Amino acid sequence: MKVIVNIQLKNGVLDPQGKAVHHALASLKFDEVGDVRIGKQIILEVATDDQAKAKERVTVMCEELLANTVIENYTIEFPAC
Amino acid sequence: MLVAVAVFPGTNCEIDTKYAFEKLGQEVVLVFHKEEKLPEGTDLVVLPGGFSYGDYLRSAAIAKFSPIMKAVIEFAQKGGKVLGICNGFQMLVEARLLPGAMKRNENVHFISQFHHLKVIANDNTFLRKCSVGELLNIPIAHGEGSYYIDEAGLKTLYANHQVLLTYTDENGNTQNPNGSVDSIAGICNEAKNVFGLMPHPERAIEAILGSDDGVKMLRGFLD
Repeated sequence: MKVIVNIQLKNGVLDPQGKAVHHALASLKFDEVGDVRIGKQIILEVATDDQAKAKERVTVMCEELLANTVIENYTIEFPAC
Repeated sequence: MLVAVAVFPGTNCEIDTKYAFEKLGQEVVLVFHKEEKLPEGTDLVVLPGGFSYGDYLRSAAIAKFSPIMKAVIEFAQKGGKVLGICNGFQMLVEARLLPGAMKRNENVHFISQFHHLKVIANDNTFLRKCSVGELLNIPIAHGEGSYYIDEAGLKTLYANHQVLLTYTDENGNTQNPNGSVDSIAGICNEAKNVFGLMPHPERAIEAILGSDDGVKMLRGFLD
């Protein structure tokens, strides 16, 4: 089963990459953009059919390795397909 | 004194670090990341600079699971002295041996230049040869060196004299190159046996090459 982990900096933690991209968009006259935050997406192929079990395991993966929970939040999604 | 310098795939400062401690008359052993034990009689472990595991995922995120790191963490928890320089500092925060976290530099650039540092606390092994308020000129070279800690954590650091070094200009006024909280360049743990800093003291040991201020820092570990 496919599991998607989205990781982004916590609110209040400055995202310098997002800020740089925001500036670049503004210089291209995309003035409607108020804020940009950049995160990362990790797509896992997990050998199980049990979604609850997968979520439990992927949560441990996030806590131990995939995210640095001092500065980052993560969400776990199961794409429909 | 026996100094063990850990080497990971992508580490690139191990020879400079070895050279620096040998220049100070110490015995130095390079220890590969696949080793599960530190050399018998190790007095100091140094986690040197570089780009361990290509900085994949986050700087030092993968290095902390290397076999040798298990031994280093045990060594630190028993009171053994550990110094993390640059990527080594990142490893120490990733391994939670030091509080806080490391972020991309605020200007999103890799910064490589000499930078002045101010000594904030010297009641520790590492900086005992330096005086409080003293300025040191040491190179920095990093892309992810913006130190982050929350407000409560920062208060604890100051209360325990764990903030060791801050970035300044040549007159000692705050000059923050990377957006670190309170311009922090180096910290230690509460027990004061684990030290981390982004600047490279091992690159400042010959006056003819710009500065030998790093010698004073490294000497702190000598008897």
